[in-house]
Amino acid sequence: MTVQDTLPEARTRAYDFAAIAKDLFGTAVVCLLLMVPIVAYKSIITQYSLVLEPRWETVTVLLLIVLAGRLAMHLFVWHRVPARPVASASAPKASLAEMIGPYVFPALVVFALVLPFISGFDRRTIDLSIYILTYIMLAWGLNIVVGLAGLLDLGYVAFYAVGAYAYALLSTVYFPYWFGDGIVPWAFYITLPIAGLLAALWGVILGFPVLRLRGDYLAIVTLAFGEIIRLVLINWFEFTNGPQGITVPKATFFGLPFTAGDDGFAAFFGIEHDRIYFYIFLYYVILALALLTYFVTNRLRRLPIGRAWEALREDEIACRSLGINTTNTKLTAFAIGAMFGGFAGSFFAARQGFVSPESFVFIESAIILAIVVLGGLGSQIGIVIAAIVVMGSFELFRELNFLKAILPEGAEPSQLRMLAVGLGMVLMMRFRPRGFVTRRQPTVFLKERKAVSGDLVKEGHG
Amino acid sequence: MEYFLQQLINGVTLGSIYGLIAIGYTMVYGIIGMINFAHGDVFMVGSVTAFLVVLGMGLTGGSGLFLIILALLLVAAIAMIVASAYNWTIERLAYKPLRGSFRLAPLISAIGMSIVLQEFVRINQEGRPKPVQPIVTGGYELMTRVTESGEFIVRLTNMQILIIISTLVLMAVFTTLIQKTSLGRAQRACEQDQKMAALLGIDVDRTISITFIMGAALAAFAGLMFFLYYGVTDFFVGFLAGIKAFTAAVLGGIGSLPGAMLGGLVIGLIETMWSAYFTVEYKDVAAFTVLVVVLIFLPQGLLGKPEVEKV
Repeated sequence: MTVQDTLPEARTRAYDFAAIAKDLFGTAVVCLLLMVPIVAYKSIITQYSLVLEPRWETVTVLLLIVLAGRLAMHLFVWHRVPARPVASASAPKASLAEMIGPYVFPALVVFALVLPFISGFDRRTIDLSIYILTYIMLAWGLNIVVGLAGLLDLGYVAFYAVGAYAYALLSTVYFPYWFGDGIVPWAFYITLPIAGLLAALWGVILGFPVLRLRGDYLAIVTLAFGEIIRLVLINWFEFTNGPQGITVPKATFFGLPFTAGDDGFAAFFGIEHDRIYFYIFLYYVILALALLTYFVTNRLRRLPIGRAWEALREDEIACRSLGINTTNTKLTAFAIGAMFGGFAGSFFAARQGFVSPESFVFIESAIILAIVVLGGLGSQIGIVIAAIVVMGSFELFRELNFLKAILPEGAEPSQLRMLAVGLGMVLMMRFRPRGFVTRRQPTVFLKERKAVSGDLVKEGHG
Repeated sequence: MEYFLQQLINGVTLGSIYGLIAIGYTMVYGIIGMINFAHGDVFMVGSVTAFLVVLGMGLTGGSGLFLIILALLLVAAIAMIVASAYNWTIERLAYKPLRGSFRLAPLISAIGMSIVLQEFVRINQEGRPKPVQPIVTGGYELMTRVTESGEFIVRLTNMQILIIISTLVLMAVFTTLIQKTSLGRAQRACEQDQKMAALLGIDVDRTISITFIMGAALAAFAGLMFFLYYGVTDFFVGFLAGIKAFTAAVLGGIGSLPGAMLGGLVIGLIETMWSAYFTVEYKDVAAFTVLVVVLIFLPQGLLGKPEVEKV
């Protein structure tokens, strides 16, 4: 168009210092408004009264950081004229991803299988891995609803709660009453499928009324359902023991409890008793459950029902006009997603040996959703990476002691973790709305499998 | 009867607060069609800011009436400005870049923002609830009935009068703003057709920003009232109040301003009556159930227009 385009070094605009100064001034004003009462004065409850503690140095530091960042953006980034998109630049990158793509998952599985041995049976590593795998499984379950069917479910933790309470109540109250105490060591194995079925049933019960709703209304209603279930768990004292929760028997190795006694796991195999066996056992149980989730989802995606889910995510009206039964499609997505949540909940109860409504607050749903979102709505490998990043960063934040300088007195760096998760969700939506792993392997193809980049996929109106 | 009257007064007071928050939801939904999930937390920011300013000024119930009114006006102004700055920033950072993205993107971003606001306030102000001595005290005894167990007095406190009257004043100002000024006309135009409004010379981005600012100011005022009424605030008050106010907005018909106020009153009354006549533990369940039932059976709300799905 103009001469500028022909000159490569002219891809920048001249600095408009007056405009930059004005922008920085505006930024400073807004920043001060955001920070002045809330950051600048901390209210402290002392023995007798509330007092305010001024923290102006923190405000100054934060303000300078923001201004410096903005100035740097002005000087080095924003003055560039945006380069014109270069066509087909992504082709070589795509082939590399295609080459290693099929090996990523088997490699991860092999790594997960040998992890307890590599870590030298370190209890902390195994514990953290169990924790991460639980969230991977939950996120894979939620992924069916959110990532595949495109139904934003903010109450997923309710199904987790159903699974956990199903195990807790059946193993402590109903099984001993119906079948006698001998059944209790086996309760985990019997309850696991029941918990899944109950959660699936609840998925249908909660899914049925909300079928007509779309998008954000659906999200809010599922949030309300999740909160209703939690409030009932808290208040229905006779049934759930209210906020005190229920102490439940921990999982056993096919009837052999992990105790030092004569009938325990160690005695049966003639080895020294050690708590670590319990954790290794739990690790493989949750690994198996997570892999089950993965394979079932993957098979379902290739069935007509899975195709219908993905079609529903892209365009509901088109689905209906093509004769897809949207009622069944949504209900199966809810039910199957909920079922895996129920499995995970049952496992959670058997691991903790204790359940209480405290564990099933909205923020848990938000964390699981954040993992799915960061993993890229629909990508299963992405979810694994996101779960490791999110849960690992939770651990990492405990170590970041240098952050204490900008935090108020008494605040721990670990408190920043949810802040980081929230920011992560916002940034993800802004910069990579289709996730880090944007490539999609189509499940339907004409002649050859051709992967498409997520950037090229037209955004559906889910 | 007396008992019912008392509950009616309490319910209308609570409903006024919900109504003020609900306006923010309904306006934002009307203009850009998204649920500002972080709106409840903007209400919380207003509430916490008001608390800090009140504490900083050393305002107590013992100060003179004139002084209290003057001070509260100042507190309200500061809280409204701060909350507006928050909502404006949120819109600029988290929602504006997402226009034209897929439908769930702004909502997910809003959930992220809600978490950010809660944690930001929690880190800076501790997690514990902050109590304050009552500032607006006194009231009137409307009715007394002597029963066997003692006498039951129907009270209308000055705080309740303050909440109800200031809500009415704000609503009047606000309705005039929307109905009579060019700004309000621009907002209504953007609500109907953004592209056409832009072609006719309306700065759509600016109008949307102003909508967020107005919603935040009303929420912050509600936050101040909430904190004065209950005498306590913390980083988490925005979650429940936000969902209930959203319920109010949906019940009244999303996009409709009188609807939001009406919805707020209905939700406030349902919640109070439920606590008074059934169980106080399940009052939140009652509010959530209303939300579910309304969305399923009356998605266009009491005063809203039915939404037509376009291909």
